[in-house]
Amino acid sequence: MKNEWPLWEVFIRGQHGLNHRHVGSLHAPDAEMAIKNARDVYTRRNEGVSIWVVEAAHITASSPSDKGPLYEPSESKVYRHPTFFDIPDEAGHM
Amino acid sequence: MYAQMVKSEATAEDPQKLAAFQARIDAGEKIEPKDWMPEGYRKTLIRQIGQHAHSEIVGQLPEGNWITRAPTLERKAILLAKVQDEAGHGLYLYCAAETLGVSRDELTEMLLDGRMKYSSIFNYPTLTWADMGAVGWLVDGAAIMNQVPLQRTSYGPYSRAMIRICKEESFHQRQGYHIMMKMAQGTPAQKKMAQDALNRFWYPSLMMFGPSDKDSVHSAQSMKWKIKMNTNDELRQKFVDQTVPQAEFLGLTVPDDTLRWNDDKGGYDFAEPDWSEFFDVIQGNGPCNTERLAARNKAWDDGAWVREGLMAHAAKKRAAKLAAE
Ligand SMILES: [Fe+2]
Ligand SMILES: [Fe+2]
Ligand SMILES: [Fe+2]
Repeated sequence: MKNEWPLWEVFIRGQHGLNHRHVGSLHAPDAEMAIKNARDVYTRRNEGVSIWVVEAAHITASSPSDKGPLYEPSESKVYRHPTFFDIPDEAGHM
Repeated sequence: MYAQMVKSEATAEDPQKLAAFQARIDAGEKIEPKDWMPEGYRKTLIRQIGQHAHSEIVGQLPEGNWITRAPTLERKAILLAKVQDEAGHGLYLYCAAETLGVSRDELTEMLLDGRMKYSSIFNYPTLTWADMGAVGWLVDGAAIMNQVPLQRTSYGPYSRAMIRICKEESFHQRQGYHIMMKMAQGTPAQKKMAQDALNRFWYPSLMMFGPSDKDSVHSAQSMKWKIKMNTNDELRQKFVDQTVPQAEFLGLTVPDDTLRWNDDKGGYDFAEPDWSEFFDVIQGNGPCNTERLAARNKAWDDGAWVREGLMAHAAKKRAAKLAAE
């Protein structure tokens, strides 16, 4: 019988004030063990102050073939960047 | 090098897709798990990363052999930490391989029944404490030679695993060299043990880089795909050039009468290892092949009830939680 431990993705906050960042994955029977294993596998050298684990099956990802259509709208809206607007120096720092 | 003689797969796919894929690699882009990739790229990577992962795991055995007999509590703690790191390296790599569509248990089973290989180096015994020095210095040293360039490999998850691993490896090599220093500067008997360890591990370490380039049939495609960054002979030469002065510093002699500095090439001339021994070890006939595979099989079989029990426990907890909601 195939009864493999599920795969978990591991996210670690490296220091206070930073976002959690994906560092890798591991197998564990449940969330509690996943946290314990993540501590052993991914924080042996003070790499983190907080760990999140998410079962990999619960992650929805964008598909690479969508790359064009998904991100195109942001490319055509250059006015979203502050450098789009010319403000004379006399107006002071803005 | 932990992946030796990885056979690369030929690919018969849409030439346009193949060209676009190659162009991405040439441009230095990383290939990620959901991206299109040639079947041959995927299969070759599973074989290579899997072999690398298996090597990290089986590689714990020769050093694990000395944990309970380390000469001091500090050396014991250090060796334990080093071997634990190797378990971590195995896990990072298995996870990278899994992104290519093979499961962890499948990989494990292929190791256990001999369908997949691990590095020939771990089929040699560790006979004395000095071997812990030689392994850290030479074996991890040779592994680093190979792993540093692989940080730039084209496959994203593999590259990221290599970056993590490389951060941890230099501790391994330095603790090994430190043991060698202590032994080489110790009593005459200790120095003799250090020399003996170097004698036994020198050629097997040279074999880690795989066969000579002229006999290495799978390199070209893998190098084009950037899953192999240097040829076997290039890395072997680099390793010898780096290691010989370190042996001299220890006052030990590299067991090679033909070893000479060659001014023209700016490197050492050295004797090739006995390749028939290498192929024999790869075929399963090294001094410890049977013992190593038996140890892995025993660990897997003996651990079955724990794996199953924890899954049953998790299912029970899930059901209780659902009932309470
Ligand atoms: Fe390692
Ligand atoms: Fe290693
Ligand atoms: Fe290592």
